[in-house]
Amino acid sequence: MIRRTFLGTTLLGAAALAFMQPAFAQDDKVKVGFVYVGPIGDGGYTYEHDQARLKVEEHFGDKVETVYQESVPEGADAERVMTQMALSGADLIFATSFGFMDPTINTAKKFPDVKFEHATGYKRADNVGTYSARFYEGRAVLGHIAGKMTETNKIGYIASYPIPEVIRGINASYIAAKKANPDVEFNIVWAFTWFDPAKEADAAKALIEQGADVILQHTDSTAPHAAAAEAGNVIAFGQASDMAEYKPSPRVSSIIDNWAPYYIDRVQAVMDGTWESDDTWDGIGPGMVEIGEITAVPDDVKAEALEIRDRIAAGEYHPFTGPLNRQDGSEWLKEGETADDATLLGMDFYVEGLTGDIPN
Amino acid sequence: MIALERRAAPSRAWLWGAPLLAVALTMIAGGLMFAALGKDPVAAIRTIFWDPLFDPQFAAYSRPQLLVKAGPLVLIATGLALGFRAGVWNIGAEGQYIVGALCGAGAGLALYPMEAWFIFPLMVLAGALGGWAWAMIPAILKTRFNTNEILVSLLLVYVAESLLASAAVGVLRNPEGGGFPGSRNLSQWASSANPELIAGTGAHWGVVAALIAVILAYVVLNRHLTGFHIKLAGQAPRAARFAGVNPARLVLFCFGTAGLLAGLAGVFEVTGPAGQIGIDFNVGYGFTAIIVAFLGRLDPLGILLAGLLMALTYIGGELASFMLGIPVAAIQAFQGMLLFFLLAVDVLTNFRIRVGRRDIA
Amino acid sequence: MDLSVISPTLLVASLMVASTPLLLAALGELVVEKAGVLNLGVEGMMIVGAIGGFAIAVETGSPVAGFVAAAVAGAALASVFGVLTQFLLANQVATGLATTLFGLGISSLMGQSYSGIRPPATPRLDLGPLGDLPFVGRVVFGHDWVVYFSLLLTFAVWWFLNRSRAGLTLRAVGENHAAAHALGIKVVAIRMAAIAFGGACAGLGGAYLSLVRVPQWTEGMTSGAGWIALAIVVFASWRAGRVLLGAYLFGGVTVLQLNLQAAGVALPVEYLSMSPYLITIAVLVLMSARRRGAAAAPASLGQSFHASQ
Repeated sequence: MIRRTFLGTTLLGAAALAFMQPAFAQDDKVKVGFVYVGPIGDGGYTYEHDQARLKVEEHFGDKVETVYQESVPEGADAERVMTQMALSGADLIFATSFGFMDPTINTAKKFPDVKFEHATGYKRADNVGTYSARFYEGRAVLGHIAGKMTETNKIGYIASYPIPEVIRGINASYIAAKKANPDVEFNIVWAFTWFDPAKEADAAKALIEQGADVILQHTDSTAPHAAAAEAGNVIAFGQASDMAEYKPSPRVSSIIDNWAPYYIDRVQAVMDGTWESDDTWDGIGPGMVEIGEITAVPDDVKAEALEIRDRIAAGEYHPFTGPLNRQDGSEWLKEGETADDATLLGMDFYVEGLTGDIPN
Repeated sequence: MIALERRAAPSRAWLWGAPLLAVALTMIAGGLMFAALGKDPVAAIRTIFWDPLFDPQFAAYSRPQLLVKAGPLVLIATGLALGFRAGVWNIGAEGQYIVGALCGAGAGLALYPMEAWFIFPLMVLAGALGGWAWAMIPAILKTRFNTNEILVSLLLVYVAESLLASAAVGVLRNPEGGGFPGSRNLSQWASSANPELIAGTGAHWGVVAALIAVILAYVVLNRHLTGFHIKLAGQAPRAARFAGVNPARLVLFCFGTAGLLAGLAGVFEVTGPAGQIGIDFNVGYGFTAIIVAFLGRLDPLGILLAGLLMALTYIGGELASFMLGIPVAAIQAFQGMLLFFLLAVDVLTNFRIRVGRRDIA
Repeated sequence: MDLSVISPTLLVASLMVASTPLLLAALGELVVEKAGVLNLGVEGMMIVGAIGGFAIAVETGSPVAGFVAAAVAGAALASVFGVLTQFLLANQVATGLATTLFGLGISSLMGQSYSGIRPPATPRLDLGPLGDLPFVGRVVFGHDWVVYFSLLLTFAVWWFLNRSRAGLTLRAVGENHAAAHALGIKVVAIRMAAIAFGGACAGLGGAYLSLVRVPQWTEGMTSGAGWIALAIVVFASWRAGRVLLGAYLFGGVTVLQLNLQAAGVALPVEYLSMSPYLITIAVLVLMSARRRGAAAAPASLGQSFHASQ
């Protein structure tokens, strides 16, 4: 009974919406909508998505119109924002946060003619594609620099939430750092926030005070850089955006999310009528992950880092190449074996050598 | 010299006129702000107040969304208003909302993937109890140890947020979600779904519950001894004590009711519009509801209207934001202005403005 | 696990820095509440101070000018609250919440061109050889001027409330505004002054976040500090000395839990992040259970005053 009512209302709802489907924009402009989880001024994650939106406008000029909505809460509000964008005549909508997954799928059902692109999710439909970046490739490059540069052999890592994306980043940088410097040790602080500058600053200070002279971060503010600058002799890396204001030091390099090539590509596909739902997971090679200019490190370290970057880009080297064991000592990858994407996507364990537990 | 003179009874005309005046003033001040940002003020105001209701392109969808957005606000605010009238300050409804959603979702997910008619009612019950229990912490600390309830209820919001984050990546995480944070989708599991009841209205069980709560609160406040005690305790605490009002029981009643309703709002939201527990499941309904309660003058019917007005500014604000490129921050400031003006002109209801010399009292 | 890596000297030094924004905001709110006004808009005033101070410091290159501007910005927003609650007799709880909402919105608007900028530095004071003393050198003599200012302010507020005639008048207004009015005290004027002072202090606290502790400008960067400041005032049962204690305790727990994590102590991290709040609640309960805590609250707190009453 409950089920029938549920299905009934869904169908009726779809029928009701079919009435208000607007005609596609009268002019032949392609309208592209962007749904952001944070403010465009966050200087990190959302900022880079918006930069890519601006590049889309620049690339296509009059042929495209873009709209965006910032600081959209995940859940019911996201679904409403996307529905309203679709009603306003959007042809393609980028939902740029993992939490928008189910709302995107729901909205896509209501608008079969509108294309949707969801970042970092795993649910797809005929008109919903997914895309994500292999940030761990970038973290391997940073990990190498970190391992080479540390003098105290202590590297501090500010992590956000214990999810595969973050755990993957810790593992990738640890493996690279360990290769560069077998004595290296990681101290990990879980901040349980994506963005709280004061807490990130305190976490960075705590790590530095306990001897870390390299700070890696998976949170979005520049607060750890400021803490590093104040302490002196501590280096840090930009996250999500270049954080160039701390160049040349303490920020010695960065991982930059560069969504522009992908966005331009997908908008072009919609224009050409060749858009199809697919799953994209691009790394350094296609340019979705960029390594920011490497500054204030010895030339040989820089050269090595660039070489790792280029080998990853060319597909000659995989940051997760065996032999590798899990933290408990059990074998994960044999000599020469590389990790498959499924394991990486669901990664919920540390590799051997890391100390502490993943909070759960 | 301009002076205020207390009216013998609140002005009927201004009771209705004041909110309209406030909206008009907000449109002027907000229009100036939008103009300063280089946006067309008329278009902005029209998009916020008119388009969600009447624009042919959006209204059919946006109008029902008003109920979706107003439902939890009204439900929570109704419960809070009882306490505020009695001088019991629960400002932690956000936490009670979170815990209600967590308990409701937990109760349901424990039975997944069973299909049974009783699962949804069970979840609603668990959610209500969860919200109630969370509200009982400050209430009991208040009655037992005289600990300040404003702060304990508020601090518990932060605790609830931490619980939410750890549940979303821990116990309630969807085992088939590839390790990503967030629970299973409850609105897509028939036994736990809280769907739109009548197509095209946006009304789900939470909206029904909000309407029932408004009616019950109205009856309690106007026709019931408890309501009399609440009003008496708020207006004249000493008199209330002489009248035999037990302050401790009143605190427990007000917190309990508010927590229960906030918990219900949480469970209806997580099974319906939101669909799942996520790290950032809560979006501030518990705090906004405090404002709604005061805008509605702590009166159940007023709260209903205030909730709808608040919902309109949210939905219209979203439209204005992406249609006209107005920053979300400007919308937030606009909502703040609306509240300022509503609170400011409210003085006209209870006071008369006299220009000239004040009589010596 | 190796607890010896946690240096008590550095721990105390950084807890002082972490606590200073809370201390400043809480001292302001203390004076406001002592005058019988409950302003829940601390968060909004802090963040307006944070961007106001940041913007002026960047434009002028002078952090001191920034702090002055932050105080002005905080006081300006507080005055809006004051006009609404004192002249137009609006409900203080609702107005305070509206102040926070408006402050968050307007600060993001003002700050749109200021993200991703480094503010001019506020250096530690150079006190010569004093700074080289073990422990005390870093903890007592190793801070920037705002930390000392906040400590000085604590003393000044204590002295004002307990030892000065003006403070006595202010407390009289907070305890019984009708009686104070009957004695010819200008209740509304005194409350307006207290509200403006509270706003200025909150603004300074916000600016300390954006100019020293973080230091950068980002939207919503106060992330709840204003609410903690409110909690600290009650925690302190409305005494200046205990405000200091409360702020340092809260800052201390926050800094300590991060230090314990960094040292690899195996504690359930997700529960650690709620520890500062749970500990504050526990202390609140202990204090109120031992002596009737709420009795320390100003008797007219949160009530509107109109001379016709």
